[in-house]
Amino acid sequence: MTSKTVTIKNRAGIHARPAALIVNTANQYESEIFLEKDTMRINSKSIMGIITLGASYKSSISIMAEGPDENDAVEAIAKLFENRFEEE
Amino acid sequence: MDSFSVLDLLDLDLKEHNALNLKCIGGRPGLVRTIREPEINRPGLTLSGFFDEFAHERIQLFGRGEIAYINKLEQKDNLETIEKMFSYRIPCCVFANSYTPGEKTMKIAENAECPILQTDLPSGEFALRLMRALNDIFAPKEVVHGVLVEVFGIGVLIRGSSGVGKSETALELIERGHRLISDDSVELKRMNGNLLIGASQNQSLGHHMEIRGLGIINVSHLFGVGAIRDKKQVQLLVELEEWDAEKVYDRLGSGDTNKEMLGVKIPALIIPVKPGRNIPIIIETAAMNERLKKMGYFSARDFNQNVLKWLESENARNLYFNDTDTF
Repeated sequence: MTSKTVTIKNRAGIHARPAALIVNTANQYESEIFLEKDTMRINSKSIMGIITLGASYKSSISIMAEGPDENDAVEAIAKLFENRFEEE
Repeated sequence: MDSFSVLDLLDLDLKEHNALNLKCIGGRPGLVRTIREPEINRPGLTLSGFFDEFAHERIQLFGRGEIAYINKLEQKDNLETIEKMFSYRIPCCVFANSYTPGEKTMKIAENAECPILQTDLPSGEFALRLMRALNDIFAPKEVVHGVLVEVFGIGVLIRGSSGVGKSETALELIERGHRLISDDSVELKRMNGNLLIGASQNQSLGHHMEIRGLGIINVSHLFGVGAIRDKKQVQLLVELEEWDAEKVYDRLGSGDTNKEMLGVKIPALIIPVKPGRNIPIIIETAAMNERLKKMGYFSARDFNQNVLKWLESENARNLYFNDTDTF
């Protein structure tokens, strides 16, 4: 199990487009990947799930992955947050 | 259309408000002449002797005014301009209001082998109908491989490689009360510059489908006339393809994915096929979604706007509470 905590850096938060980006990235890995905000924990391969997290600007989210490629998966998704989902 | 002759014009099968009511009253040997321009010329100026820029490639239409002028010329035995006019290679002359030109004019036309046609329509109405018919005949065309069905009033062109299940999908849609326009090959025509009209390539063969394992079936006999249509505007393009685990498919549907066909942009969707996915229902939903978009409601965009609004209020609330914490 690998996990990493990231902060949302883009002003708009995670809306539909970033959510699709996360899902498409997550789908490239075999591992089970979860996102956790406060007490909500969802599968990062579900678009609606990610959107309903309501991840707004500056909120912190932990990425967790379990499986054969868990390190790469967490890194790849963390990088999306780092790059502000190619926004702003 | 490779070549469209005057004979083809006489043979056009148009009904009621489209009928041209043409018949040939002279110059039969010229019926093989081809019509190259989908335009009409009123030869008033020509008859008066002005031949500059004479559009002789066009169909010459004689209305009341031109006819009266020809009568005057015949009375005065001044046939020079008429002879000169027929020395050009005119595809055909049409006389409106069931008018038959005088013997002298007819003779000149016979000698020039220029077909003389007659219609009982007034010239204005005839010009309108002829332009409509010619626009249809001279429209840019393309034949594509696919199935055209009408789903909830939206013309959906289903494409995809052979064996992916186009015909089976169409069959299920017909079974659900939608209509078949054409199976296997669809003839697309661009009308009025921006309308893409699809029809069966060969209307006389009717609405048949080939289903693997069944062979050829006649849709109008099996499902009734309610299940078929002759032509329909193509408003949505659906590409079926085998599910590719590597490929990233559209998950949001918020982007405008248009495809160009004959220079007309058509909304397009790529739908991956795999066992367990009910393609007809997906296509039905896509058609309804397309209708919603036409009515001004864009599901994906609207959803995202709601999400953004919600995130913003969440953001504001967090800011407010964090600020009070520091006091």
